[in-house]
Amino acid sequence: MKPVRFDYKRPATIDEACGLLASDDNARILAGGQSLIPMLSMRLSRPSLLIDIAHIPELTAFGETETHIEIGAMVRQAVAQKSEFVKTHIPLLAKALGYVGHPPTRARGTVGGSVAHADPSAEIALVAATLGAEITYRVDGADEIFDASDFFIGPMLTIAPPTGCLTRLSFVKAPAVCGTGFHEVAPRKSDYALASAAAQINFAAGSGVTSIHLGIGSVGDFPERLDVNQLCGTPLDDSAIADAVHAAMQMVETVEDLHATAAYRKRVATELAIRALRDARGEISKDLNQ
Amino acid sequence: MNDVTLTINGKPVSGVTEPRVTLLDFLRDVAGLKGTHAGCEHGVCGACTVLIDGTAVRSCLMLAVQAEGEDIITIEGIGGSGARAGELGVIQDAFCETHGLQCGYCTPGMILAAEALLSVNTDPTEHEVREAISGNICRCTGYVQIVDAILLAAKRLGQRNDAAPSDANLVWGLNS
Repeated sequence: MKPVRFDYKRPATIDEACGLLASDDNARILAGGQSLIPMLSMRLSRPSLLIDIAHIPELTAFGETETHIEIGAMVRQAVAQKSEFVKTHIPLLAKALGYVGHPPTRARGTVGGSVAHADPSAEIALVAATLGAEITYRVDGADEIFDASDFFIGPMLTIAPPTGCLTRLSFVKAPAVCGTGFHEVAPRKSDYALASAAAQINFAAGSGVTSIHLGIGSVGDFPERLDVNQLCGTPLDDSAIADAVHAAMQMVETVEDLHATAAYRKRVATELAIRALRDARGEISKDLNQ
Repeated sequence: MNDVTLTINGKPVSGVTEPRVTLLDFLRDVAGLKGTHAGCEHGVCGACTVLIDGTAVRSCLMLAVQAEGEDIITIEGIGGSGARAGELGVIQDAFCETHGLQCGYCTPGMILAAEALLSVNTDPTEHEVREAISGNICRCTGYVQIVDAILLAAKRLGQRNDAAPSDANLVWGLNS
């Protein structure tokens, strides 16, 4: 065995989990464990208490309101990927889930865990930031809601309260006509991406393109939303898309590591963002050309 | 120390373990089942793959205490049972026949990943096979024969597990 010694608790309710979290400064929540357990094995994480939230029933449920889809923090990635509910209402997430790890890690990994972990190359975090999902934490018995667009502030760093437990993600339902695109480049399938991009174009009959969501991941310290809404009302031709993406990418700060230079990541992210937007446009071309 | 009770290859198993012990170490050291291989031990290589409720998971990315009450199949539970105990299963036979292994270290994980795929998809495409084993690293074969093995097993599982109809025998006239 490789991890340091720790205690293990399996609370039955969210408030019990929050109580345990507050009782120990060095406690950590264990969801699917697909990122945390490798960190324990490498002793990058040395908690004194692990709080396993897998047995809290309300965290494994989907919810629906008139306008939103809610995904419980413990919903496994494989379950979300297969869910018709997700495919219909959050098609961009459904598309991105195929890029998350590989089948055995998706079987255990959770949607909420990926967001809480906040790896800069995490696909689910990228989709959440791109679509401005609402992230709900339970803190001191009350719900606190964060906008995913400004939730991530650094590698494995968020503005989440230290004694809070992520309970659910809430996404605005995609309109009946919308196009999505997702692309990433990684050294090999299932590895951490060197650059990734997600796009969604919302369309309404009569008013045309109503909004465009675009985000890039893996190039900076956290997934970032890019503003290309000036494309609304244009014919969305290739050159307009390329110009908008190049302009938006000017502001992006990129990081450099052993695997790729900053310049490479930026160049690839730009191209992937263009492709993601083109894919999204392609999915609604019939409606656009009416 | 925590008590852990789970089902391994159809048999109930109990053990006392520290929370920091992974399911991989529990299977190997407490249950004594050494067929589940320890490779990278941080979720990259897939050598430690086991089935939980029929789904392939990494036993190194799970604590034994998290597996409480789960139904686990390891490579030891894949072959024939009852009167056929000790015989290879269909997927194992297919790996032997297509030379789907060389050193064999990745093989238990590959076979369990294949088992998980074929239990839900009886007629996979090559692409689906490659996706199913995308989390399993093999440093010997180059994957081609592994993919062949899984496709052969898929074909056989739709039929009976007889010897391969050998075109070679017909060409060389050995049957005549």
